Amino acid sequence: MSTVAPVQGEQSGTPSRSRLARRGATQESPLSVAVAMIVLIGAAVYFLLPVYWLVVNSTKSQPDLINSNGFWFADWNLGQNLSELFSRDGGVFLRWALNSLLYAGLGAAVGTLLAAMAGYALAKYEFRGRELLFSIVLGGVLVPATALALPLFLLFARVDLTNTFWAVFLPSIVSPFGVYLSRIFAAASVPDELIDAARLDGASEWRIFSTIAARLMSPALVTIFLFQFVVIWNNFLLPLIMLRNSSLWPITFGLFSWQSQVSRDPQLQILTVTGSLVSVIPLIITFLVLQRYWRAGLAAGSDR
Amino acid sequence: MTAVAPPTTPSSPAAAPRRQGRTAVRSRAWIWFTLPFLVPFVLFYLLPIGYAIGQSLTKTERTGGIFGETTTTFAGLEQYSRVVTDPAFLNGVGRVLLFGVVQVPVMLGFALLLALLLDSAVARLKRTFRIVYFLPYGIPGVIAALMWAFLYSPQLSPIVGLLQDGGLDVEFLGSGTILWSIANVVTWTYTGYNMLIIFAAMQAIPQSVYEAAKVDGAGGLRTAWSIKIPLVLPALVLTGVFSIIGTLQLFTEPIVFRAISTNVTSSYTPNLLAYTTASANNYPLAAAMSVVLAVATFILSFAFLRATSRRSGL
Repeated sequence: MSTVAPVQGEQSGTPSRSRLARRGATQESPLSVAVAMIVLIGAAVYFLLPVYWLVVNSTKSQPDLINSNGFWFADWNLGQNLSELFSRDGGVFLRWALNSLLYAGLGAAVGTLLAAMAGYALAKYEFRGRELLFSIVLGGVLVPATALALPLFLLFARVDLTNTFWAVFLPSIVSPFGVYLSRIFAAASVPDELIDAARLDGASEWRIFSTIAARLMSPALVTIFLFQFVVIWNNFLLPLIMLRNSSLWPITFGLFSWQSQVSRDPQLQILTVTGSLVSVIPLIITFLVLQRYWRAGLAAGSDR
Repeated sequence: MTAVAPPTTPSSPAAAPRRQGRTAVRSRAWIWFTLPFLVPFVLFYLLPIGYAIGQSLTKTERTGGIFGETTTTFAGLEQYSRVVTDPAFLNGVGRVLLFGVVQVPVMLGFALLLALLLDSAVARLKRTFRIVYFLPYGIPGVIAALMWAFLYSPQLSPIVGLLQDGGLDVEFLGSGTILWSIANVVTWTYTGYNMLIIFAAMQAIPQSVYEAAKVDGAGGLRTAWSIKIPLVLPALVLTGVFSIIGTLQLFTEPIVFRAISTNVTSSYTPNLLAYTTASANNYPLAAAMSVVLAVATFILSFAFLRATSRRSGL
């Protein structure tokens, strides 16, 4: 019954060993196993129910969506829904999807690079005011993103940049939490001796960072990228405030606008359902594939 | 308090011996490494905060009737006194506080229970469950709210239909229930995320602690109660602070539900009200609301940290 494959690539600890020992530490009665499994399965049903509903119902036509049993399939209409989804309003859905990828993918990539450099410097260079600087950056973690959106809009309005790509992209590249994580990881995974040796060999500071430190920090950088990706992908208020032009919207905002118009055009309802499914699938796959990096990041965030 | 303020005691760099002679090179290098982050940080984090505070101290007035020019003048704390006496704002604050008092403990308790079970000897298929529970976090808040909106809708929901067949008439979107329907969406989205933070902390508990417990003859429940829960308290505090911040900022779920139910008003949560106020071009008042909200978030987070740090001895 070795149900638990040890998670690969842990940053710290040896979970498999402790888990084995822990298993031996308790007497498992069949009753307690049964109770535990009922709770765990019940929770799983709860977490999967909306996703299941989404999968089932995106295969239906609009009338079946209203009239058939919501937990089971009706006439298969998925192909039709998909073709309508991608052709509606001149294919604007695909545009939204690409926008989301650009905002979240590029934003998280740039944000991770900036956070990695800053975190590395904060961990490996000594300079006056370092701790003060770090405290200020860390204070940024506690500033709610929604509190920033409104003043950001007013500032961008002053320089005529609202309703542009930059209005959503530029604020997204700042990740104080990323700096915090990357400082921890740099301190833990880049040995000072290695840096000194590289300096003796005449390597420039940038070269040391880009070829040695960044490589050693790379599992952590994936974690930071993932966090930032999800934060940007989920950001709703900023696009809502900044963007008027529907060709600039991310996918979440686009689907929201469709849903708001359902009373005017009922067909949009099934398109919202199908569109939600299409937008969620790539996220779920990425999540499953990169699952272990989350734990590494979360462990670092709570350990210290 | 180690969970949230670790930076003051970084693990290695402060202890690293100063290497004479090379400091000159490095003293300039750190600037080039931090500047690319600091410039956007100042522009898009610090500047907006300062700007919001500045805006909140002004007022705009029209001179010469409705079509006259608007002028902005310094108004001191006038906007703030308006905010803290605005019944709509106070109602919204009361609503999110009620929401938080119920939802945050329920969610964290649920997350703790799942983490304990997944860390225990009695569970099977742990890896699968962990992934399933974490999955909702990857689904954007808007999409999660849309999905649940369908499951709440009187016309579409199979759940409502099933309950009716059983003789139960439940209105998920009624004026008294919609707040808890929103709470369910938030719980659904973030329980797995919090569970993972708590679970990671449990995994970091040193093996020797368990061996000592075993020698003392502690069983699974006893170990959970007297060892695991006290030792993951820092993680619980961390998730608590994040949850408080999230609750006060509640916006996405209510605005989605506003599209399907009239029971969510334009001032349902403080953030929604600030957004509505800004949409009506009353920027100084909206800025004051944002500032009050941010300050309230800070105060609550720190109060929570203090209260818990005393009890947990962190």
